[in-house]
Amino acid sequence: MKITLNIWRQANAKAEGHLERYQLDGVSEDMSFLETLDMLNEQLTTEDKEPVAFDQDCREGICGMCGVVINGAPHGRYSSSVPTTTCQLHMRSFADGAEITVEPWRAGGFPLIKDLVVDRSAFDRIIQAGGFISVNTGSAPEAHSVPAPKLESDRAFDNAACIGCGACVAACPNGSAMLFTAAKITHLAMLPQGQPERYSRVKSMIAQHDAEGFGGCTNIGECASVCPKEIPLESIAQLNRDLMKSLFRREGK
Amino acid sequence: MTPVATQTLTVHQKAVRSSVAMKVLMAVTGIFLILFLLMHAWGNLKAFFGPEAYDHYAEWLKSDILYPLIPKGWFIWIFRVFMVACIVLHMLSAYLLTVRSWGARGRYQRKDRRSQTFAARTMRWGGIILLMLLLFHLGQFTVKLFLTGFTATSTPYQAVVLTFSQWYMVILYALFVGTVCFHLRHGIWSALTTLGANTSPAARRGLNYTAIFVAALLFAGFMAMPVAVLFGGIK
Ligand code: HEM
Ligand code: SF4
Ligand code: FES
Repeated sequence: MKITLNIWRQANAKAEGHLERYQLDGVSEDMSFLETLDMLNEQLTTEDKEPVAFDQDCREGICGMCGVVINGAPHGRYSSSVPTTTCQLHMRSFADGAEITVEPWRAGGFPLIKDLVVDRSAFDRIIQAGGFISVNTGSAPEAHSVPAPKLESDRAFDNAACIGCGACVAACPNGSAMLFTAAKITHLAMLPQGQPERYSRVKSMIAQHDAEGFGGCTNIGECASVCPKEIPLESIAQLNRDLMKSLFRREGK
Repeated sequence: MTPVATQTLTVHQKAVRSSVAMKVLMAVTGIFLILFLLMHAWGNLKAFFGPEAYDHYAEWLKSDILYPLIPKGWFIWIFRVFMVACIVLHMLSAYLLTVRSWGARGRYQRKDRRSQTFAARTMRWGGIILLMLLLFHLGQFTVKLFLTGFTATSTPYQAVVLTFSQWYMVILYALFVGTVCFHLRHGIWSALTTLGANTSPAARRGLNYTAIFVAALLFAGFMAMPVAVLFGGIK
């Protein structure tokens, strides 16, 4: 395949950025999107040009490092027929001769570092604010000693699938990280182990979400449409219910 | 460095001031406004029962509701203060969330939006247009500052009949009601979701249908009387 890439190049956070045009020949339709960027970078390196900086790690859709906006959609969601991460998007999703625009996540809470790389450590701080359960470590307890109801544990599992990639923020017209935060809240709120800290957790995670400069949710739904792990919009309603209830409780006063 | 939340507020205080709590305020005040609109549209239909019925109803609104629990004429003022408080709090939370959102959103060279409805996209500017038209509407029929074809001494019935016998007034009114109904197409779904009602994909569909249904109902309810006046059904 022959493709044209328009890639956002920006030397650092302060520099002026622009879209740069690159032609690639001999792209295989079985290559992943990241392999295509690798190919471009090899070409740039041999031409003695600066390679394109992009984030990546597992390349199997589980670490959440690799997100970029492809043709106006995080992870190229609307080029693909199935929910996907950038590393799992394959070139067969594009036509031969296609022109593809690649931009970094853009949001107030995700400052740009270089080219396609943004700083997503705001997510780590939201998790640190309460996305955990405080228990003594030691030998694992017997699995059946704490019964977890089937429906709730299924919901917990579905929400635990969030890989913290940030596509939801990148898609959101408000730059809100509510789907990510809601996935974490719902995951722990559905499990028996999550109950003791349930209401202090939602307060402190929302406080951190807002302090990081993310926007408020206006129930538009762009986030859930692009999420590679199909975290449902309903999780945000769960977060809202838990937060409203928490306001009438003493935790964190 | 990214700011770590300031240490002066407790976690509870931060939660009370959070974007989610602000949205809840916006949703609750919005729902009070919708309940008022439903009542208002219902009340307007009195015009189909003739001048006495309509003027008596208009008179009743301003006189003996809740009398003798409270003195005559008090209810309307309590009600007005409550409505103004709702609108002010609604706009205040909308303003604060909008400023937050403008600082947080990204600007792309190319961006596809697949889920956002037209109604959702126009909530902010639509809200401002709505406010302008609302002020005109109050200036017209409540304060009687803009006399659109009637005089300061006209009865409420005469005021609406004389106003809506003019086709352009009906169009302007349709524009006003239409703006409100578009606001509510997203607003009703959004308020109920903010309050936690979106519990499943089926609930999501249900909430969206509810929003469309209530918005359409309000449009029909408000437009029935002016259209009847224009085409001579009400004289
Ligand atoms: C008849 C008057 C009005 C009614 C019945 C009404 C109703 C509503 C409702 C139910 C919501 C949803 C709340 C939520 O998202 O949680 C809403 C949202 C909103 N309203 Fe209003 N509203 C009215 C007037 C206004 C005015 C005058 C403005 C602005 C000047 C305004 C601006 C907004 C904004 C910006 C939102 C948030 C939009 C979003 O969620 O995307 N509204 N309104
Ligand atoms: S909710 Fe979905 S889009 Fe958002 S961070 Fe988690 S996996 Fe990524
Ligand atoms: S590189 Fe890990 S999810 Fe894509």
